[in-house]
Amino acid sequence: MGEIIKVGMADLKPCKAPDGVITLGLGSCVGIAIRDPGTLVGGLAHIMLPDSTAIHNSASNIAKFADTGIVELVRQMEAMGAKRNRMVAKIAGGATMFQFASQNSMMQIGARNVEATKKVLAKLGIPILAEDTGLNYGRTVTFYPETGEFHIRAVGKAETII
Amino acid sequence: MADFNLNDVSEKYVDVLKEIGNIGAGNAMTALSQMLQCKVDMRVPQVRLLDFSEVGAIMGGEEKTMCGILLGVEGDITGSIMFLIELEAAKGLIKKLMMGYESGQSTFDDMELSALKEISNIITGAYLNSLSTLTNLMIYPTPPSLTIDMAGAILSVPAIEFGIIGDHILLIQSQFFDEVEIDGYFILIPDLPSYEKILSALGIM
Repeated sequence: MGEIIKVGMADLKPCKAPDGVITLGLGSCVGIAIRDPGTLVGGLAHIMLPDSTAIHNSASNIAKFADTGIVELVRQMEAMGAKRNRMVAKIAGGATMFQFASQNSMMQIGARNVEATKKVLAKLGIPILAEDTGLNYGRTVTFYPETGEFHIRAVGKAETII
Repeated sequence: MADFNLNDVSEKYVDVLKEIGNIGAGNAMTALSQMLQCKVDMRVPQVRLLDFSEVGAIMGGEEKTMCGILLGVEGDITGSIMFLIELEAAKGLIKKLMMGYESGQSTFDDMELSALKEISNIITGAYLNSLSTLTNLMIYPTPPSLTIDMAGAILSVPAIEFGIIGDHILLIQSQFFDEVEIDGYFILIPDLPSYEKILSALGIM
């Protein structure tokens, strides 16, 4: 087993098997794990917001947004030898952490992040093999490009693998 | 508004938040000590402007189980305020408030949840009052919503709101203690237009 590389909030990291990537405590953010089964190059992005073009100060950190973050992760994976047409993805997160009677846009950010993620992946031609999104709890995810296993941990729940 | 960036105003805004934190924490401690009928002490709150990557670490790791209480804010400004407290510390406070009552569950039963919401109402109310007094703005909280989960997941909610305007999150850390030391964290999350209102009310902008 290789090293497990940590990905922070609004962050992204590529890696190569046997290394893996982990991100802790995904809430309304979405974790996007991408892998090229041919080269076993993989990577994980932890995005916070759906769309960089909707925001003024968007130049600051491209890993923050679904549109720019996923594209950048794919670019970094390609630089490590991965091929776009072989890439497959698994996604997790996008929870609604707080329930309110009046639903405003802030509270639905999780669902919007998931939707934007799917749109970006579709645009890049990367199929989504599995997802564990929505609901109301946080997730810690670990991705192993070697096998493509995406391990998901939550408070008070058994670990699942998708 | 086009040029608004949290980093630019941070120094003065942080100073003001510190003051709000001081007064608010003072009010909250008084309210808590009346409610619990015991002496509650506090330390000077710390206000930090944190990078997203540092946020989880400051509370003992992204995976640490915390109670997060989120209240909407209405009135002259809109947005929300979040109060975070460690699960064990919350249990201690509830037990004290309810004169020894304990459900023994790993999380909380309805009675305990209701007590915790009451505690957070009082504490966040005290903060909002001090903000309201300093700014002369009318600020009302809406009923709280509570969740128990990983610190990172709870913090993603305010982080996303802060993410719209920058790459940092403003956190007020208060330590109060009676028999045990309790770390509580406040995050004031004004909507974008409300920043301007707060800052101009304070004479910063």
